[in-house]
Amino acid sequence: MFGLTIEQLGFIVRGAGWTIVLSLLGFVGGTLVGLPIALARSSNNRWLPRLSAAFVQLVQGIPLPVIMFVVYFGISIGGFDIPALVAAGIAMTLYSSAYLGEIWKGSIQAIPSTQWEASECLALTPVQGFVYVILPQAVRVAIPPTVGFLVQIVKNTSYSVVIGFTDLTYAAKVINNATFRPFLVFTIAAGIYFVICYPMSLLSRKFERSLKRS
Amino acid sequence: MDPIVRFENVRKAYGSLEVLHDLTLRVEEGDVVTLIGRSGSGKSTALRCINGLEKINGGALYVCGRALHEANVDLRDLRKEVGIVFQSYNLFPHLTVRQNVTLAPRKVKGLGAAEANQLASHVLGQVGLSEKADNYPEQLSGGQQQRVAIARSLAMQPRLMLFDEVTSALDPELTGEVLRVIEKLAASGMTMVLVTHEMAFARSVADQLVFMHKGTAWETGKGEILDNPSTPELRQFVGSGL
Amino acid sequence: MSYDFDFSFLRDYDSDLVYGVWLTLAMTVAAIVPGFALGTTCAISALYGPAWLRRLSTAYVEGIRNTPLVIQVFWLFFGLSVLNIHVSATTAAITALVVNVGAYTAEIMRAGFETIPKGQTEAAACLAMTRTQQIWNIQLPQAVERMYPALVSQFVLMMLATSIMSQISAPELTGVGYQIQSFTFRGFEVYIVIAIIYLALASVLRLLLFGVATALFPRRRRLKTPL
Repeated sequence: MFGLTIEQLGFIVRGAGWTIVLSLLGFVGGTLVGLPIALARSSNNRWLPRLSAAFVQLVQGIPLPVIMFVVYFGISIGGFDIPALVAAGIAMTLYSSAYLGEIWKGSIQAIPSTQWEASECLALTPVQGFVYVILPQAVRVAIPPTVGFLVQIVKNTSYSVVIGFTDLTYAAKVINNATFRPFLVFTIAAGIYFVICYPMSLLSRKFERSLKRS
Repeated sequence: MDPIVRFENVRKAYGSLEVLHDLTLRVEEGDVVTLIGRSGSGKSTALRCINGLEKINGGALYVCGRALHEANVDLRDLRKEVGIVFQSYNLFPHLTVRQNVTLAPRKVKGLGAAEANQLASHVLGQVGLSEKADNYPEQLSGGQQQRVAIARSLAMQPRLMLFDEVTSALDPELTGEVLRVIEKLAASGMTMVLVTHEMAFARSVADQLVFMHKGTAWETGKGEILDNPSTPELRQFVGSGL
Repeated sequence: MSYDFDFSFLRDYDSDLVYGVWLTLAMTVAAIVPGFALGTTCAISALYGPAWLRRLSTAYVEGIRNTPLVIQVFWLFFGLSVLNIHVSATTAAITALVVNVGAYTAEIMRAGFETIPKGQTEAAACLAMTRTQQIWNIQLPQAVERMYPALVSQFVLMMLATSIMSQISAPELTGVGYQIQSFTFRGFEVYIVIAIIYLALASVLRLLLFGVATALFPRRRRLKTPL
């Protein structure tokens, strides 16, 4: 079918599976690290906002393939022989945490300060105010850009090809080397990425519109 | 001689809402015609029909010898002869005053840089803003910006100038400078059609005052009609101090 | 765990690194102008062109923005060689970058055109300017000025994306890094240095592009309005 054997198609589909796994790893890891960063960025501390800003600017200024290499070689130094998935997962986590941290910091800061004042006047502690008043509103604001960034995560997992991780891009490259049918193979791969990403792009825009309306 | 603008039984509607109803109006060369009336009376719409910003649905409209009610009228060609000044000036913020004024003469009429600059100096002098030629619109007051807008239209050397409530967006103390420029222009013989709320000005500058009501020329005449309105509608309009 | 960091490669391979920087910058700059032109043309035709052109433009933009650059590069590079069209890897890389950044630019410029008040195009039309003259003299300069920060960010991202081009053997900084580490076996140190260089390059590119802005936007320069 499609001019490829079942085995070849299966190889590609397995690669797509690993792309999804890495994307989820990147998102979950990015959330775990990104949330503290967002909080640090919005805190009133002297050092935390600046330190976390430095981290974000650092990560955003380095190409993801280079981050992958740094993580990969860095871990090998420790003498660990790790699968590419772990290195790629750590790299995606670092990358996602920086961007998600910025997005969520923006969402928190988008809530007008009058809301903080209101919760103080209701005698809520700062933590309670944050959890019960600010956070729910910030989450609503955060949803469109977060869903939009998920699209970036999925696309950027393709950079793991540089450390030999067997994702969809790597699988497509291998099959192309075997069959010499690049237009066919890479169109299929592109199609799979598109089918995953386009609905999320539309969803993100839909969320943004309904947010604007309310 | 043919009038520069001739409305004949013009009708215009937005969907089911009729804005102009059987409008008949003539503007001779050198005339100054002011359109007054309540909001919704159709005066701005009538003005915007003259340079083709609005299309009419019925009747006939002739402007500068062109039949605007016909399908394939060349509006761009018409607009070389008909200038318009808007309520919100619509100056180009990224260009200096001089560039705002010389842009159309250079691009549309093909004037060279030196010629265009000379023209700009002349029209800016006419509106009293020669020293502001190298400023940007945001550095000017509302009244100054509106005068630049007038100069910009004048630079195209039009046969007819349209003014669409050009002082309505200005602070009261700034309207005077704009009205004086318009008066000067009228005295120099420019054919003009103005829509305005400034009653005293409308009456003093107009050769013909047109009170519009329900989309038609309800009552026309010289400024005296404001003192002795023939129709109850105009009486009410004048009395309400609008 | 003890590890002796060894940055001595910097002495031996400094000229290679400089060459890598030059290659990366050259690739980036070569792609910026055509990419911007393509994207802007796309945005304009989507706004003012016939319906089929608008649909085509949307398909292009969505197709590029929802697929990875790596796949686009592979598709182009390996596709061209199968068609027996022989272009250098660098040319293929730059072409892929142009197509990619064109789609993102189209979105940015579309938003830019939409911020321009309709009154200005109305005024321009009433001054007897053609649609083309209106776009070129009134809308385009303002759209570029308003969206400049977004455009700069996009071009910096594109520079970072050149990092993947060594995958098709188009030489650039990351590829140089790979070669150095294959000779020195100091992968960690090498890529740390490469990372630092990219950070510096991003700042250099931003400075360069804001210098261009100062030349392009005299009003900003004269009135000192921030971008």
